[in-house]
Amino acid sequence: MNISTDPWIWISSILSLAILSFLYRENPFFRAAEHIFLGVANGYLVTFYWHRILMPILFRPLFQQGDLLLIIPFTIGILYLTRFIPRISWLVRIPIAIYMGYWTGVLIPATIQAQIIKQVQGTVLTSANFQSWNAGAWGIVWSVIVFIGVLCTLSYFYFSREHKGVIGVTSRVGIVFVMIGFGAAFGYTVMARISLLIGKLQFLLGDWLGLIR
Amino acid sequence: MKKTIPLTLIFIAGLLGVISFVIPHPSYQVYDEWIRNDLLRVLSAFAVVLALGSLLRVHFDKIRRKRKNWQFSWLLLVAFGASAIIGLFGGVAADGILPTTIGSFPFDIQTLYENIVIPLASSMFALLAFFMASAAYRAFRVRSMEATLLLGAAFIVMIGVLPLGYSISQHLPGFVQWILNVPNVAGQRGIVFGIALGVVATSLKIILGIERAWLGGGE
Repeated sequence: MNISTDPWIWISSILSLAILSFLYRENPFFRAAEHIFLGVANGYLVTFYWHRILMPILFRPLFQQGDLLLIIPFTIGILYLTRFIPRISWLVRIPIAIYMGYWTGVLIPATIQAQIIKQVQGTVLTSANFQSWNAGAWGIVWSVIVFIGVLCTLSYFYFSREHKGVIGVTSRVGIVFVMIGFGAAFGYTVMARISLLIGKLQFLLGDWLGLIR
Repeated sequence: MKKTIPLTLIFIAGLLGVISFVIPHPSYQVYDEWIRNDLLRVLSAFAVVLALGSLLRVHFDKIRRKRKNWQFSWLLLVAFGASAIIGLFGGVAADGILPTTIGSFPFDIQTLYENIVIPLASSMFALLAFFMASAAYRAFRVRSMEATLLLGAAFIVMIGVLPLGYSISQHLPGFVQWILNVPNVAGQRGIVFGIALGVVATSLKIILGIERAWLGGGE
């Protein structure tokens, strides 16, 4: 047994154990670690935005290099703080409108391009799609399954008609594909969390207590 | 005025966002880069100031009114204040005016991040493994066809990506890859279509001023 003498490893380990103590039930140690985590994470956020955005992009060019065009973002940005002054708090809508409006506008063509047109291209039954599987004749079968699966999944989420008759059958097939998709995503997520847990145990038992190598 | 100006601005900003995609000409891209790199990044920084102001106000209020578990708010405020001072005056790479070492003990912001934020974030995510396992158990108790399919697919994927999967059958990793590439893609793609249509419809509603929830309450 070779216990660590690094104070930071002790701090990390004790705080990690406090978080993991939530498995027993919610307790003061968990709450303390949770609040410390939030405090330090937000302190880091302040540092990051100050040293990586506000100083190099705004304050230094504006006040040291005289880039007067930056008065525009500075003035609009300041309007965010009017939220704390009830009489003029409506002015906070201006920076929100500009920020949200621009990214919403960017989102429309980007979503149509990447999540509709490209996905349709990947679904339709073409020889290029058959060959993309690199599975010979099986490529045709896999493409047909994907094509039918997408149509059936869409029919499951079509709520304008009652799921009876043909739509009843296709929606039943659709839910099979949806559940397999959810299951695969669930399996991958569990594996990712388990690997984090293994890493955490290795840190506690290895780096901290020196029980394992 | 309190609504007309923001609604006009969101329409103009939305148009600029769309135009940036449909006019990839370098002469326009110069303006677009200024909007993205200068204007919007600065706005995002000020939004963080607003968010932190709200966070501090909530916790100061909790302490002042002595609400349930108010003592822990002191911990958050002290941790926030200390790390912000260390970060702002000590610099990101310990190159600021504030000394960030005592002897061989460093306490610069990067050290705080690596030894407090990262381990605690990973502990919280690791904690979720247990809750997901218990959720899976409860889902399996339902004994419906859907729950069985979900857990069956999850189980095969979990086993298949491990070396154990190959030990059970050398075809299992290939079967897992087939699940991921064929039925999984079909199901996910159907969902993605629905989400994409919803995103486009909601975006249009926001830009055209039909959706106004973002304006908040009041006049």
